[in-house]
Parts: sequence; structure tokens; C-alpha cells
Amino acid sequence: MNILEIQNLNVTFDTEDGQLRALRDVSFNVPEHRIVGIVGESGCGKSTLINSILGLLADNGQVEKGKILFEGQNLTELNSSQLRELRGVRISTVFQDPMGALNPVISVGTQMLHIQYRSSLSKSEKLDNAAEMLRRVRIPDRESALTRYPHEFSGGMKQRIAIAMAMMMEPALLIADEPTTALDATLEVATIELLQDLQQQIGCSVLFISHHLGVIAELCDDVVVMYAGEVVERGTTRQIFYRPMHPYTERLLQCDPAGQSERTRHLPTIPGEIPDLRLRTPGCIFAARCHCREDICDSTPPEVEIEGQSARCHRLVA
Amino acid sequence: MSEAVSKLYKALRRILAEPMGAFGVALVVLMVFGAVFADILATAEPSDISPRDRFQGPSITHLLGTDHLGRDLFSRVLHGGRIALSVALFSIAASLVIGVVLGLIAGYGPRWLDNLMILVFDALKSFPTVMLALALVTLFGPSLTAVVVVVILVNVPGYARIIRTQTLALKSAQFVSAAQSMGAGTTRILRAHILPNVIGPLLILASMDIPVVIAIEAGMSFLGLGVRPPTPSWGAILNDGFAAIRDTPWIAVAGGLPIIVTTLGFTFLGETLRDVFDPRLKVR
Repeated sequence: MNILEIQNLNVTFDTEDGQLRALRDVSFNVPEHRIVGIVGESGCGKSTLINSILGLLADNGQVEKGKILFEGQNLTELNSSQLRELRGVRISTVFQDPMGALNPVISVGTQMLHIQYRSSLSKSEKLDNAAEMLRRVRIPDRESALTRYPHEFSGGMKQRIAIAMAMMMEPALLIADEPTTALDATLEVATIELLQDLQQQIGCSVLFISHHLGVIAELCDDVVVMYAGEVVERGTTRQIFYRPMHPYTERLLQCDPAGQSERTRHLPTIPGEIPDLRLRTPGCIFAARCHCREDICDSTPPEVEIEGQSARCHRLVA
Repeated sequence: MSEAVSKLYKALRRILAEPMGAFGVALVVLMVFGAVFADILATAEPSDISPRDRFQGPSITHLLGTDHLGRDLFSRVLHGGRIALSVALFSIAASLVIGVVLGLIAGYGPRWLDNLMILVFDALKSFPTVMLALALVTLFGPSLTAVVVVVILVNVPGYARIIRTQTLALKSAQFVSAAQSMGAGTTRILRAHILPNVIGPLLILASMDIPVVIAIEAGMSFLGLGVRPPTPSWGAILNDGFAAIRDTPWIAVAGGLPIIVTTLGFTFLGETLRDVFDPRLKVR
């Protein structure tokens, strides 16, 4: 069963220079108990995707078309109070910057109490819950940690506290928006292991957004590759990393510095930039930067599926 | 709760550690004590007239002397302190509440409402205090309420602006979006996340406004726009003494000294508060 099904999602923003189509026909599933990774360079629509799932798009943005089915319920049809009841309880979020995600003037314990405001437990039971969550994310000296303020913790600890807060209500879906990007390499590994452990204990699904391919390979079961607001390829982690079908995925994997075996002054890059999303051209969105571009690429590419792995590219038809 | 008490205790100790703060606290405690226990400490009824005892100098029976109607000035000063302090505290508290609420609405609400409110605040602020006071008194007659309303009208725009600016800055802070993504509603975000972040500087500013308000009350009463006689007020006492300042200067002193002492005390206290809570502003 799928916890989250995104079907042909189209999101647009009204800007002064006309409509900006931030997401176009985005479709993918997050199955139960699975960790799905979303990769893509900056500006490919990752944050817009999260915000549309959470119903927190900016005022000038709207879901034009498509469905976001969460546990069978179409989130785009819910009103704001119904959405609010899901957020923090069934769907939870961990953000990139642990320094910013915690309120600086409220103690950690009080913030963890705030999160449980819907629960009917007594205050001391809620505090016990909070301390228990801190234990699960391996924060030492939990009783005193609850009375302390965010600035008294290191970055890694803050991120673990943020994870504890997100997992507090045992959500069905955890959205992790680059949770390890702001951390150093050792903490990154620890945080990923922690996320894996918690995911297994709680049995939730995770939508993991990152541009770090190594982290995605390590953690995720499935991968969705996004480019300029479109899903160009999706499949299992194995498929994506060993047998990429789309040229963009291929190039992206080549650009991973971790794949570099020799010393070099020039890391591989993909020439060109993400296209201006206001100037919409038919045809393949990646065509302008593609190394195997042909004339046919100016027409809309077909979606080709092989053994559960699918990509949008003309090359696959031939 | 005990957490808050221990924090308060800590803050008090830090204030007392500063000589200026300790002096300020001493003066404030003295004035507050006099105002609270005015009934017990007063040696006579503050409004009792006794023409035989008029214009008497300070003595054992009349510690600060008597005024042109023979009223005991010591008792009048104590009861005047009650008026001065309660007007100051009440009107500052009311300005704070109104200012905070309006500021949060302006900062977090829709853009057009923000623009409208800023326009109103600026219009209010552009009135000189005295003109505002005169206009109100002309409309509603001199009274204590007029004083309070003037103070609120003078203070609210500034307070609301401070809160609005900081709310605008925090609106897009990540912990606010984090709270939203965790299901917090607007009231919850304002109360639990934005208010605690913006209230600190305003409380310090408000504590420094207390002496200003005391001066406004005294000033309005001096001009006959505030407290109606025979209710004792420092400004009114000052005015009584003003007429006879050449022959009987102690009346003016009895009215003026407490104003000076109280404003000085609150100013010292406020400045120490600011230094203690915002070390960056400290000038050494």
C-alpha cells in the first residue's frame, strides 16, 4: 500500500513576469515502510513539492492540477484546519537548518510539550514522552536537556532534537528536507543511522530530500530524480545508481565527487543552467543541456517504464 | 512556574549588583511603599481643609508643612503618589496589551491591514502630546481617565511598531515554518513562538516609559487638565505652591521632589534593566 501517492501534480506561482510553472506532472509513490529519496539540483522544485504536500504554499502559489493522496485522502481538497490536524501528527517534517528550526527563546522541553498540545495526556506524562523521545535520539542527560535552550546544544544535537520532535507523534510519513546538509560528515552518518533506526521502530515512511547522492544511496529504498520541476526518472535505488535510464541521471551520477578516483582540479559538471520556468517550451526539459540531444527532443518525450523503473526520454524508445 | 520565579530572582540580583540599579530600586521601593501604605502613614486626611493652619512650614505635626488651604502636604504627597503610580502602571500596562495585540495583527496579518494600521499609528504619533491632551480635555473635560487615554494614545503607536517590525522579521523564520509544518495554527504561532521572541525589548522600553508617564500626569494636573481638585496629585500640589513660591517655597518642593525622586528611580531601574538584559548596549 502507498502512504503517499502524487499524481500529475502541477503547481504554478503567479509572478510579476507571468506564471511560473514550478512543478509539472509530478507523479510518484511513497509505499508503506519505505524510504523514498528525492534528488535534484537547487531550484528543481524540491521545496515546492514539500510545501504543496504540507499545504503551505506561498500565497501566490496554487496546485493547478493533480492529486496528492495521503492514506487515500486527497490533500489538495482539504481545508486548512483539516490539513493542520494532519500536520505534526500524521505527517511530520525535519528541516535543513537545525539552528533555525527551534525557537531560540523557549526551552526544549516546553517546545516538545507544545507539539503534543492535541494529546489529552497530563503535563508530566507529556514530559515523560519528551524525555523518552530524547532517549531514542540519544541525547545524554535528558532531564536537564529538557530545561535547556536550543543555543546550548551543538548543531548535531539540535538536529537530533528536531528529529525527536518530528517523530514525537509517531507520524505515518516523515518529510526530511535535507536534514543532513548543514551537518559535518561524521554527524551526517550518525544522523542517517538514527533516521533509519527510528523509521524501523516507528514503521513510518520517509520522504527524504537531498542533493547528496551518497546519502541517498545509503538510506533510500527508492529514488525520484527531479529536474526543473519535472520527475525525469524514478526507480529503486539499485536501478537508479547501477542502470540510470535518463541522461540527466547519468550526468548527475558522474558529477558526484565521491565517484572521483583520481586527484583532479576540475570536478565534472553539467554545462548550462536550469531553464527559466516562465518560458515554457514543448519538448524535453533537459534538452538544452543534454549530451545526447537530437532533433526529436523538441517534442514531448514519452515516459518509458522498464521493470518498475521509469524515465522520460526519447532515447529509450529507439 | 518556579522556573520563572528563579529567573526573576536572578534578574533582581543582577540589578542590585549595579550601583545605579540598587539606587533606582531603593527609590522605587520607597515611593511604592509610601503609595501602598498611604492610609497608615498619612498623619492627616489629605483633603481636610483647615484655614487656621494655612502656609505653615515643616514641623512635627506637618512634616512637609501645609498649603494655602491648610491641608497637610505630607499626607497629600503620599496619596498623590498613589495616583501617580497607579496611573503610570495602569496606562503602561494597557498600552502594552493594546500595542502588542495591534503590532502582532499588523505584522502577521494581511498586507493592506498592515499599511492601514501604520498610517493610523503615524497619524497618532505626529500629534504633539500636549495638543493631544488639550484636545481630549476640551472634548471630555479634565479627569484621570483623560490622562490615561492620552498616555495610551501616545504610547501605543510606538509599542505596536516595535512589535510589528519584529513580527515581520520572524514571520519567515524557520522555526515558524517548522511550527506550521507541525500543525500549529495562527494563534498558537503568535502566542507560543512570536510573542516570547518580541516581548523582551518592549518590556524594557515600557519600564523606561514609566517616569515619562508620571511626568505627563503631573504636567496635566499642573495645568488643571488631569486630576480634579481636591484629589491630591503631585502636579496639582506643585501648581498650588507655584502661586506662593516666593513666600512659602516648601509647597512647591513638596510637589516637585517626589516627581524628581520617582522619575529618577524608575529611570535608573529601567536603564539598569536594559543593560542587564542587553549587554550589547552597555557603554563602559
